[in-house]
Amino acid sequence: MIEDVPAHMRPQRSFQGLILALQSYWADCGCVILQPYDMEVGAGTFHPATTLRALGPKPWKAAYVQPSRRPKDGRYGENPNRLQHYYQFQVILKPSPDEIQELYLRSLYAIGINPKLHDIRFVEDDWESPTLGAWGLGWECWCDGMEVSQFTYFQQVAGFECAPVSGELTYGLERLAMYVQGVDRVFDLNFNGREGEQRVTYGDVFLQAEQEYSRHNFEYADTGMLFEQFKMAEDACRKYIDAGWVTVGNTRRHLMALPAYDQCIKASHVFNLLDARGVISVTERQSYILRVRELAKACGAAWLATPGGGEE
Amino acid sequence: MPDLLLELFSEEIPARMQARAADDLRRLITQRLLDAGLVYEDAKAFVTPRRLALAMSGIPAKQPDMKEEKKGPRVGAPESAIAGFLRSCGLASVSEAVVQHDRKGDFYVATTKKPGRAAIEVIAEIVPDVVRGFPWPKSMRWGERSVGWIRPLHSIVATFGPETEEPEIVPFSIDGITAGDETRGHRFLSPQPFRVRHFDDYVAGLDKAKVVLDRERRKQIIVADAKNLAFAQGFELVEDAGLLDEVAGLVEWPIVLLGAFDAAFLAIPPEVIRATIRHNQKCFVLRDPQIATLVNKFIVVANTESEDGGSQIIAGNERVIRARLSDAKFFYDTDLKTRLEDRLPKFAKIVFHEKLGTQAERIARVEALAGHIAGSIDADVQKSERAARLCKADLLSEMVGEFPELQGVMGKYYVLAQGEDAAVANACEDHYKPKGPEDLVPADRISVAVALADRLDTLVGFWAIDEKPTGSKDPYALRRAALGTIRLILSNALRLSLTGALREACGLQARGNSNISANWELVVCELLSFFAERLKIQLREQGARHDLVDAVFALPGQDDLVLVVRRVEALGRFLDTEDGQNLLAGYRRATNIIRIEEKKDGREYVGNPDSILYRQDEERILSTAIASVKTEAASAVSRENFAEAMRAMARLRPSVDAFFDNVTVNVADGDRQELRENRLRLLNEIREATREVADFSRVEG
Repeated sequence: MIEDVPAHMRPQRSFQGLILALQSYWADCGCVILQPYDMEVGAGTFHPATTLRALGPKPWKAAYVQPSRRPKDGRYGENPNRLQHYYQFQVILKPSPDEIQELYLRSLYAIGINPKLHDIRFVEDDWESPTLGAWGLGWECWCDGMEVSQFTYFQQVAGFECAPVSGELTYGLERLAMYVQGVDRVFDLNFNGREGEQRVTYGDVFLQAEQEYSRHNFEYADTGMLFEQFKMAEDACRKYIDAGWVTVGNTRRHLMALPAYDQCIKASHVFNLLDARGVISVTERQSYILRVRELAKACGAAWLATPGGGEE
Repeated sequence: MPDLLLELFSEEIPARMQARAADDLRRLITQRLLDAGLVYEDAKAFVTPRRLALAMSGIPAKQPDMKEEKKGPRVGAPESAIAGFLRSCGLASVSEAVVQHDRKGDFYVATTKKPGRAAIEVIAEIVPDVVRGFPWPKSMRWGERSVGWIRPLHSIVATFGPETEEPEIVPFSIDGITAGDETRGHRFLSPQPFRVRHFDDYVAGLDKAKVVLDRERRKQIIVADAKNLAFAQGFELVEDAGLLDEVAGLVEWPIVLLGAFDAAFLAIPPEVIRATIRHNQKCFVLRDPQIATLVNKFIVVANTESEDGGSQIIAGNERVIRARLSDAKFFYDTDLKTRLEDRLPKFAKIVFHEKLGTQAERIARVEALAGHIAGSIDADVQKSERAARLCKADLLSEMVGEFPELQGVMGKYYVLAQGEDAAVANACEDHYKPKGPEDLVPADRISVAVALADRLDTLVGFWAIDEKPTGSKDPYALRRAALGTIRLILSNALRLSLTGALREACGLQARGNSNISANWELVVCELLSFFAERLKIQLREQGARHDLVDAVFALPGQDDLVLVVRRVEALGRFLDTEDGQNLLAGYRRATNIIRIEEKKDGREYVGNPDSILYRQDEERILSTAIASVKTEAASAVSRENFAEAMRAMARLRPSVDAFFDNVTVNVADGDRQELRENRLRLLNEIREATREVADFSRVEG
């Protein structure tokens, strides 16, 4: 199928081509293709389409790109692999189908990784997100020694057991693209698949942003404001949670799980920024993580009382 | 007799859990079969990344018939009780039961025969039970199923039957997964399902389908191929048993390939190269046997035979390793730009433990304590303090942030790079040793001083805030710290007063940390007994008698571990001689008599006997002997010559024997009581004298 697409769209030479190939592959598998969530998050898992949809009995299949911000990982654009902003491609399949590993391997094939030529392995890697109160078991997927994806069977999210269990696949797109394009420095990735004057690299798009945000994240992010924002997001989250609970007949329903969860995401990102600024001590760190987790749990409980969470 | 073949086919099982899982499968199934009266000839378990298998042979086709006896009501019990009993046992009348007699009277006993069931039925019950209760360190659910396994379980092979016949499929299913006789080969090389009958054709079928079932065989293939590849290049494989175990658990069809990296990376310390390649890539490194240094090659074990002979796999791994080594080189070069002492201020912001202050405070304490200890063990004080000051600084380096297991090693390189003394550099690495019971103990006095200071500060600190180890809980590894201290002292024969060192450590804690309100003398006291306890365990493991260790520790002021051990050894040798045994017998005879008399009289017989009251030569001779032996033993002990002290003790023996042979302690009524009391005091002197070398009352046997 790769041969059918024009050269500038092939994953081997185009970053956007890689994204589009994954999207079309997972669309063919029956996923809804969502767009990125419009908030700053640390990973694709934070998107409500994963965190919240993983809870409750309803089946769900979705795939989307999620820009992910890890303020601490910034390197002023000087490190060939590390970025404070990067893209994850996220797939969630609920319930996890029996053939999920095969589906995943076929997705690699779709972006030009042929298992007859490469050494693809599933290496133990359990996942845990203390801020989301979530954990799962799974693997790092290796291609010739390179970690190209994370594969997780969610067992618990927001402190609730997942039943049925969702399978989550996360592709680190830059790393994967570097691999298929054969590039050693992320900024050298061909973004649009064009050559000559028309060629746009990842560096053209993001290098300046990496430099500016690294400066911001490590040196200038306004910590006074951030501490305030954390508090505000936390308070707002609780307020929306409290306001959202209603009793209908004999059941408790929730009417504002999603807006409340937005504030939980906000608090989590603000915490990451404060952490990058180095203003949170080791002991405080734990207590901030716990505070975000409490919000996530409250949001999870609220979600389970909504139609999306199975409460019709 | 039938054989059983069982295979649980799943998604990839974590490498580190595989060996244990195979053992557990064999143990649990065989145990359950034995419990059900099904014996077997042989049972072997196998494991690959995707399957757990068990092959059992020589199982009988049927359980033996079993007789079950059930005790009923007493003879003469109410009708209704007897009727109920008969009903419950399926008996028609009381005549079918027998009467048995026990201490409480006559009872009806019903014997019911349970005919043995077909083994295949029993197995069909046992396997699902074992699967459902399997002791994985962490199991998971998947999809909509409720059963737990380490990763999703896809299919089960369970066949049962004699070798020469077509086996039957054991009829069971677990959460919708029905046992059958079909398995699959290698994920990529031979994914199509195939039928299996018995173990032999199972192994052969897997082999054809590119799966080496036996883990040990996979390991052998990997090692042999890796050595050959290395040898062909004139190099040598750096063997790594832990890595080999892990890699054998990542592949079903091991293909060993050789890759290379830019030789310029060899400028990075070899430990870093190895850690990078091992830890992140699970590859082996090679060395040049001539000069015993790493070369720019590595061995990767792939799980597949690729169509291009592995060239893309090698190229891919080389790229990843290049990127990893570039990172490592970047970290190393960056680290070298900062002098270690310039990193120290950051420690002021890092909490060591909430109640024990910051890392900076801890480093200052360890530095002072290292200086103090250095002074008493003949180590260079300045260098010991310098090493203590710098030895934790590498924790803040990029490299140790990336590879925590390189702590200490990096410190050594960075200290050397800034032109410090080699002994200071070595102490940065070696003060962490011994890390475990197998680890070597550093010998250089500077390393030893820092290592001791580090451990004693930890022990005193956590003791003072009452975070002592309890039962199996020892979150701060204090037992290991104590054992490390003991080994450092003993293997270097350090003459160190632990009391003194502990008091110093307590003083430093107390001065630096006003938040702790501990009873410091109690801390010292408790830690001394903690050390005694650890030493006892260690000596016992080395074969020393624990009672002898007790006998020595029962003496006051035993805080010099080297002397304790020497005394225990001398005592052991002494008690192995006839003189030793006799003296022990004499000691016991004396103490027995005193104990009995003291109890009878309700008073103690202590203090010096009065020589005026001696009536027999044996008394005088014994008294003189005790006096001289005591002096000699004390003098020998003060010269730390315990063998001589023991020999001196042995000289008591003839006079003790003569005394017991010829002197009556409990003089007959009417005679003078003073004589009896004086003799008891004389006997007590024997006990007192022996305390110069050990507390003989603790000696057993």
